[in-house]
Amino acid sequence: MTAAAFIDWATLISLILLGAALLVSLVRIVIGPSLSDRVLALDLLAVVAMGFIGAIAVRTGLWLYLDIAIALALLGFLATVALARYILLRGPRTEPADGEAR
Amino acid sequence: MNTVFLIVTLALVWAGISGSFSGLNLLLGAIVGGVAVLVLRETFAGPKALRRIRRVVSLALLFFYELIVSAVRVALVVIRPDISNAVRPAIIAVPLTVKSDAEITLLANMITLTPGTLSVDVAADKSVLYVHALHMADKEAMIADIANGFEKKIREVFE
Amino acid sequence: MLEGLELYLGGILLLIGAAFTLLAAVGVVRLPDLYTRMHAASKAGAVGGGLILLAVAVLSQDAAVSIRAIIGVLFVLLTTPVSAHLLAKASYLTGYRPCKETVIDDIAKIEE
Repeated sequence: MTAAAFIDWATLISLILLGAALLVSLVRIVIGPSLSDRVLALDLLAVVAMGFIGAIAVRTGLWLYLDIAIALALLGFLATVALARYILLRGPRTEPADGEAR
Repeated sequence: MNTVFLIVTLALVWAGISGSFSGLNLLLGAIVGGVAVLVLRETFAGPKALRRIRRVVSLALLFFYELIVSAVRVALVVIRPDISNAVRPAIIAVPLTVKSDAEITLLANMITLTPGTLSVDVAADKSVLYVHALHMADKEAMIADIANGFEKKIREVFE
Repeated sequence: MLEGLELYLGGILLLIGAAFTLLAAVGVVRLPDLYTRMHAASKAGAVGGGLILLAVAVLSQDAAVSIRAIIGVLFVLLTTPVSAHLLAKASYLTGYRPCKETVIDDIAKIEE
């Protein structure tokens, strides 16, 4: 296998894995059960999307995508910080004791 | 000598980030770096600087090693079919010996990225760090582990 | 064969990073409560994202892109624990209690 063919193959597999990761973290966003769980899953989703864009940058050879990936990571971090502040300011809620659905 | 080295490094980083290694851009980077060094002179001064750099490198190497170990361990827990037996979560109080905000921040961040531990909260008087453990075997051993590992190295860097 | 070595290295890094990211997502779904899920998201997620950016740095073969990618890695490693810590603290203070398997809870002891 030549190096170019290997890269082609590796990026394809990576994109499939990352696509699966996007779907799996979406499951947690949908089922919750609490806001904190959803925020955590969204945080992970931003990292997965960053990886996805990185893999696309490698596959297409358009390295400009890297800037988009880094900007997305920054955005994901700020969103998580803002949502954590929101959870804190929203005040106490009676959350389920063991993470079960309410 | 140290200052010259620092300015050259900063100029190279500048050129790298702005994506052009032309002479004019390097000069601009050197000027900006020189101003930054001038402003922050006191932070870098002193004969301890070199020893400190060695300690920072040693801390960074330990950190990257632990980071890889922790990711592999979490991954192994996740793929186990009997997942509820694999985890034994606990929130434990770890007494802090480092006092400044910068040291506590660094320690808390490193704890989060190392095997089986995640920092949850710092007590209001900065005396205790609350750490969540994914699989707690021995409370005392875990506290000793943090105190003798990262905390000691961070103290050496900041002393 | 040898001249393409960095390409093989980059491809392998990319695959490992993607696998870690997927495992982080699986962990977030499978683990019992928020705090244990956070272990998966912050460790495996940060390593996965970091490895993919590192793969970009290796594969781009362009100094400007590589340095930006490496700064991106440092950025991810710096921000992931901060957001995890903030979220854990906010959740605990607003009453999200750890799951019933949790053996010790020193914060609850203080509050009693």
